Amino acid sequence: MNKILLVVKREYLTRVRNKTFILSTVLTPLFFIALIGLSTYFSHNNSEELKIAVYDQSGLFTARLKSSSNIHYTTVPQNIYDSFVQKKPVDAYNGLLHIPNINVDTPKGIEYLSEKQLGVFSQDKVNSDLNDVLEQERMIRANIDTARLSEIRSNSVSLSQKIIGEGRNGEADAGISAAIASISALLIYMLMFIYGTMVMRGVMEEKVNRVAELIVSSVKPFQLMMGKILGIGAVGLTQFLIWIVLFVVGSSVVSSSLSDGQVHTLVNSSENLNNAQMISGVISDINSHLNIPLLIGAFVFYFIFGYLFYAALFAAVGSAVNEDPQDAQSMMFPITIPIIFSIVIMTRVIGDPTGSLGVWCSVIPFTSPIIMMARLPFGFPGTVTVWELVLSILSLIIGFLFTTWLSAKIYRTGILMYGKKPAWKDLIRWAFRK
Amino acid sequence: MAHLLELRNIRKYFESQRAVDDISFSIDPGSIFGLLGPNGAGKTTLLRIITGIFFEDAGEILLNGHRFDATADLSMIGYMPEEKGLYKKMKVGEQAMYFAQLKGLSYAQASEKVRYWFDRLEMNSWWNKKVEDLSKGMHQKLQFIITVQHDPKLIILDEPFSGLDPVNANVIKDEIFALAKKGNTIIFSTHRMEQVEEICDHIILVNQGKKLLDGTVDHVKQQFKENLYRVEMNPDHSLPKETEIYEIIKDENGLVVFRLKEGNTANVVLNYLLQQNVTLRSFQEVLPSLNEIFIRLVESTPTARPFQTV
Repeated sequence: MNKILLVVKREYLTRVRNKTFILSTVLTPLFFIALIGLSTYFSHNNSEELKIAVYDQSGLFTARLKSSSNIHYTTVPQNIYDSFVQKKPVDAYNGLLHIPNINVDTPKGIEYLSEKQLGVFSQDKVNSDLNDVLEQERMIRANIDTARLSEIRSNSVSLSQKIIGEGRNGEADAGISAAIASISALLIYMLMFIYGTMVMRGVMEEKVNRVAELIVSSVKPFQLMMGKILGIGAVGLTQFLIWIVLFVVGSSVVSSSLSDGQVHTLVNSSENLNNAQMISGVISDINSHLNIPLLIGAFVFYFIFGYLFYAALFAAVGSAVNEDPQDAQSMMFPITIPIIFSIVIMTRVIGDPTGSLGVWCSVIPFTSPIIMMARLPFGFPGTVTVWELVLSILSLIIGFLFTTWLSAKIYRTGILMYGKKPAWKDLIRWAFRK
Repeated sequence: MAHLLELRNIRKYFESQRAVDDISFSIDPGSIFGLLGPNGAGKTTLLRIITGIFFEDAGEILLNGHRFDATADLSMIGYMPEEKGLYKKMKVGEQAMYFAQLKGLSYAQASEKVRYWFDRLEMNSWWNKKVEDLSKGMHQKLQFIITVQHDPKLIILDEPFSGLDPVNANVIKDEIFALAKKGNTIIFSTHRMEQVEEICDHIILVNQGKKLLDGTVDHVKQQFKENLYRVEMNPDHSLPKETEIYEIIKDENGLVVFRLKEGNTANVVLNYLLQQNVTLRSFQEVLPSLNEIFIRLVESTPTARPFQTV
C-alpha cells in the first residue's frame, strides 16, 4: 500500500510541476472563453451591411420595404437600373433589386443584379422582406384587418410541465435539463479520453525507457499500474478543481464589476432588462428544478469511476505496444468504440431519457458514465428510478474491479515484452493465463 | 557455511522455449558469482526469477535459508537490468530518492544513503540535473547507485560495464570488490570472459536453459586443462618432437609448448628436461582461459535455439 502511495506521489508531482500542466490548465478555459466570445461576436456581426437600390415597376413595394440595420433599401429611378443592366454598377449601391410589374398572387421575375453574390443570410432576409410586403398586400385585397390579425396572433402558449411523484414536486424545464445533460456528458467524455490516454502514454514511456524492469524488481506490476492510474486521476481532479475555482472567481469578478455602475446603464434599455430578467429566471429555474447536490455528486462519481474503468484498459494497451505510436492508435481503437458510441447515442437519450436505449446504456458500465449523466438532469427519482441508479453505480464499481483485474494481468506480461506488436488474441491469452 | 541463495531444480517454460530447464546452484555470502552464457541462454529469465519478476514453474528458491518470498524479500535485492533505463525527465537526485524509498527505506534513511553514494562516486554536482542530460557513463553510475544504495544483501548486475570507458569501469569494479568484502553477495552476469576471470570467485555456465558448468574459476580451469606446459629455454637446444612423456605442439625460438601424455606428471617432464641438459628460463602449466572454455562448450551446441513448442 505504501508503495502504491509512493508511485502515486511521483506520478502526481512530476505531472503537476510540469510546465505543460500549468499551461494547459490556464489556457484551456481561456481557449473556451475565446471560442465562445468569437462565436457570439461573429453571430452578431455575421452579415455585411448592404445598400440595395430598388427599381420597382409594380409600385407595390415603394415605401413598404423596411430597411433593417444590415440592409438599406432605396428606391431609384430607371437610369440607375439601366446602368446596372449595362453592367456598369453604381458605386453607391451594392446591388439592385428589379421588381417588374408583377401579379401579386404569382410573383415572378423579381431579380437581383450585383457584381457579388448575396450571402445566405442576406438572401433569406431580402426574400422575407419581399414576402412580408406581398403578404400585407394580399391581406388588404382579401379585406383582412392586419392590426386585428397581429392582435390575435400574440399571447401564444408556453407549455409548463409539472412532474408529480414522490420527492420532486416542482416545475421542470426540458431545455435546461437537456443543456445540463449534454454539458456534463460531454465533460465526462472529454475527461475520460484525456486522462485515459495520459495513462496509456505514461505506461508506454516506462516501457520504452526500459525503466519498467527496474521498477518491477521493487514493486509489483499491479502496484505500479494502480499507482499510475490513481496519480493521473488525482492530476485530473486537481485540474478540474482549478477550473471550478477559476470559474467561480471569474464569474464573481464579472458580476461585481457589472454591478458597479454598468448595470444601471444596462438596465435602462428595456431590451437588456428583459435579458437580465430572463437570465435570473433561468438561474432560479436551475436552482428550483434541478437537484444540484445530487448532480454534482453523481458527476464526481461517474467521472472518477468512469475514468478508473477505462484507465485500466488504457494501461493494458499501453503495456502491449512498443515504440511505434501508430500501434497505440490501432490497439486503442476497440477501447474507444464504446466511448464514442455513448456520445453518438447521447442526443437520442436526451431526446428520450426514459427510452429503453437510455435505460440500458445508463446501466451497462461501458456507457453508463456518459449516458447516466445525460439522463440524471431530467429528474431523480422519476426519469431515473432509484433501482436504475443503484444498479448503474454497482455495475460500474464491479466493472472497474473487473477491468483492473484483467488489465493487471495483461500489463504484467506486456511491460516486459519487447519485439513484435502483439495481436488482441495475444492480449486475451495473457489475461487468462494463470 | 549457509548459502545466501540456493536454487533447486528451477524450471520456467515459455510457450516456445524452455527458458530455464532444471537449474540448481548455490551462492555463498560475500562471494562474487558469475552467471555466464551466450545470448538467449536463459540468463535474464533466471535473473528475473531471482528478482521476483517472474515466477518459476517448478523448483524452489531459498534466500538466507528461507523460502524466497517476492513481496517480503525484494528489499534484500538490488537489480541492475541489462537494458538500463531511468525516467528521463526526472531529476537525478529525486530519482535516486524515489527508488530508495520504493525499496522500503524511510525518507531520512534514503536521503542518508543516497548522499553517501553520491559523495562516493562524485555525483553530487549532478543532483539537480535531469537524467536526459547525463552522459552514458554518468547514467550508468547512477544506475549502479540505484542498485546498491539500499545496501541489499544480494546485488544482481547484468552487464554492468557495457558502454563504460576503462576509467569508469574501474571505478565500478572497485566498488564491486568493496561491497563483496563488506559481505554483500554479487551475481554478475556477462559474456565478457576476461572480466569474469578477473572478478568472479564462482561461476556457472548456462546454455539453452541448462547448466553446463559449475565451480570456482580455478576449479573450472583445472577441469578443462589439456595437460599443456610451456617451457622457455635457451634457443640453442632442441628437443625431440615426441617422446613417451610428451608431444610438442609449438616450438618457436626456445618457447616450447607441449602436451603431457597420460600417466605423467609435471615432475616427470621436468626431470626429463634437466637430463637433456637444457637451460630452463621458465616452466609453467598452461591453463585454458574461460574464453576458450566458453567457446568450446557453446560451439558444440547450435548458436541459435530452434523455435520449439513445449
